[in-house]
Amino acid sequence: MKKLDRNQMAARVARDIPEGSYVNLGIGLPTLVADHLPKGREIILHSENGVLGIGPRPASGEEDEDLINAGKEPVTLLPGGAYFHHADSFGMIRGRHLDFAVLGAFQVSVAGDLANWHTGGPDAIPAVGGAMDLAMGAKKVLIMMEHLTKKGESKIVERCTYPLTGAHCVNRIYTDLAVIDVKPDGLHVVDMVDGLAFEDLQRLSGVPLRRLATAA
Amino acid sequence: MIDKFFASAEAALADIPEGATIMIGGFGNAGMPAALIDALIAQGARGLTIVNNNAGNADSGLAALIAAKRVRKILCSFPRQADSWHFDKAYRAGELELELVPQGTLAERIRAAGAGIGAFFTPTAHGTLLAEGKETRRIGDRDYVLEYPIHADYALIRADRADRWGNLTYRKTARNFAPIMAAAAKCTVVQVRETVALGALDPEVIVTPGIFVQRVVKIAPSLRKAA
Repeated sequence: MKKLDRNQMAARVARDIPEGSYVNLGIGLPTLVADHLPKGREIILHSENGVLGIGPRPASGEEDEDLINAGKEPVTLLPGGAYFHHADSFGMIRGRHLDFAVLGAFQVSVAGDLANWHTGGPDAIPAVGGAMDLAMGAKKVLIMMEHLTKKGESKIVERCTYPLTGAHCVNRIYTDLAVIDVKPDGLHVVDMVDGLAFEDLQRLSGVPLRRLATAA
Repeated sequence: MIDKFFASAEAALADIPEGATIMIGGFGNAGMPAALIDALIAQGARGLTIVNNNAGNADSGLAALIAAKRVRKILCSFPRQADSWHFDKAYRAGELELELVPQGTLAERIRAAGAGIGAFFTPTAHGTLLAEGKETRRIGDRDYVLEYPIHADYALIRADRADRWGNLTYRKTARNFAPIMAAAAKCTVVQVRETVALGALDPEVIVTPGIFVQRVVKIAPSLRKAA
């Protein structure tokens, strides 16, 4: 069994995003998805700071400090792109106009609760940004994260121990081991990396998983 | 004749009193009114409440205002960053109060103030630490949190072009919070790259009508970072 690397995870998420989708990619790992969207599919990327139709990274020397994404990285605008103010941008999010938000996570619970903004540590300075709005607002919330912590503990948990970003908001989890749907009756394994047995995934995850008939 | 043009940032900010609530536009460097923030530091008002998405980066702008101990309280969504060391230090020393607000709720609270809305229910943050102690209501099949507007005495924003009535256009993602902050503050001061004659801005592309703007200062781009 070979875990997916970060680019393979991004490619796996990108594969599932259909033509015509409006998508917000969170800061960090989810941003990589942009590099793997299939050529020829028209997919419109949104960023919270007020832009739709984000294009590729600008060439070195072509950066414009007035054109950035929510990660404050320089971006470009595709033909057909648009700018708008922050209240409109979050109206798009909260008003359920975005088809997908792809977000990173510390933990996801079996009920689809998401924790990704704050460790809750006594000395930690909290910062939330747009995470809570995206979690509650996008039509589908896709999570991209490593399956296990560095200590080998499952990041898919019975109940989140970190403070919540949103309750019952996650639709699908993409990890370096599997793709898992969050449904009212529990977690359904949609896909697993080559060479991983369902029983091993179950053991590593530590929460009850169901196996879709179509899962490999 | 209406003329909102001011000769300098200093003149435009001269009357800011101790304890004022000031919205500062910008998301990162995009749209940050650097010359106005520099002038605010030089002006010297203390005990300020600042509304911004962040809490300052590196050593200039809002970070320098915090380092100069002018800020009593900050409302923002994302204070902690790799280079937010002035905020981190002041926060850990208990020298300033933080009200952490989800970014969309921050934007909507600002919008509500400018639009005369008394309060609103939003689904964001329901069931989280940031909704603790707040009124909630179930409407239809969703749970919502009651949020109140954020009003300000001043808004300091950056736009691209302005005429003497204060009509504004913006450039790319530098727009971000500026239009809603302009509407939410009693006195909106704008740093612009270019001033133009009345009638020179196409009415179809004016984003912020002059009714939301009180003062305009032209800052030559080459001087933007030098002040």
